Amino acid sequence: MNIVNQLQRQFLDYSTSLHREGFVDEQFTQLQKLQDENSPDFVVEVVSLFFEDCEKLINNMASALEQTQGVDFKQVDASVHQLKGSSSSIGAMRVRNACIAFRSFCEAQNRDGCLRCLQQVTHEYSLLKNKLQTLFRLEQQIIAAGGSIPGAD
Amino acid sequence: MAVNGAVTWLRRAEEIDGYDLSASDSEEVHVLAVDDSLVDRKVIERLLKITSCKVTAVDSGRRALQFLGLDEEKEANGFDGLKVDLIITDYCMPGMTGYELLKKVKESSVFREIPVVIMSSENVIARIDRCLEEGAEDFIVKPVKLSDVKRIIDYMTMDFREGEERRGGINKRKLRDDGDDRFSSSPPSTLSSSSPTAPSNWILRPDVSK
Repeated sequence: MNIVNQLQRQFLDYSTSLHREGFVDEQFTQLQKLQDENSPDFVVEVVSLFFEDCEKLINNMASALEQTQGVDFKQVDASVHQLKGSSSSIGAMRVRNACIAFRSFCEAQNRDGCLRCLQQVTHEYSLLKNKLQTLFRLEQQIIAAGGSIPGAD
Repeated sequence: MAVNGAVTWLRRAEEIDGYDLSASDSEEVHVLAVDDSLVDRKVIERLLKITSCKVTAVDSGRRALQFLGLDEEKEANGFDGLKVDLIITDYCMPGMTGYELLKKVKESSVFREIPVVIMSSENVIARIDRCLEEGAEDFIVKPVKLSDVKRIIDYMTMDFREGEERRGGINKRKLRDDGDDRFSSSPPSTLSSSSPTAPSNWILRPDVSK
């Protein structure tokens, strides 16, 4: 097996595991299908925007929850709602699910519950970031070796 | 003032007796996409471009109105070059919601003919009904997929294309004689019962049932 085939195999296996482990869902596959010669970096671009969004929103949630005078749960919820939306749009399933749990604690105005959820969301975000960066690296290696990314329709 | 292709369509159809199949200067459907989420704007923009649409993406209802020239606080900037054929907007936005934007568009005598599609992550029947009642053309539950966008764009251009195929090409006289059986094809179930929207670059006889 030549190097390109090896890398492609690795890419496919890794992709499959991301789906199997719930890191990404069908929506992520949809986005990959939207990538073509006209927009060759589409997925990387959207994912980068998503990561920036994540960080900003996580920071917002953290500061809102830190308010000792009284937590504005509406504000926290608004940020969680936004994160839930964007994670759903890119197919970041585990992050999205963590947001769903988070919203119920916001509704219940449960600060401890919210803090635990924030930890969970942060954790899922960094796991996903790691995974996707690995995936993108594999793609770059395939292209550098002169191959094409498998699964592109 | 060629601000809105749909309005031009109605006015000219009233003036002209029968069909006038003159294409406007632009073949592409121009969509105004409204969403406060940068990630979602990027995705919807790509989905629309892949469906061969021209896209203008803005981050708020306010900016959408400004683009259309409807914002009361800002003078219309005379930007009437790019007519909008479709507005697709998120429902939940800070400031002006998609529903409020929908109302403002439908209240405008100039822009009310522009079809408005609402997107929302929440699949709430009451919300969907309220939007459709206010005149929304369709309602998409997020995350938006290519099939959602294709369905909407296809529907917008469907009626004319079907008519064209049936009659074997563009022929003014034949179209007039065949009547408007084209309009009797049933739209996808989520669409409101208002008349089909012809693509703005073709002039057709208006659906009198509207």
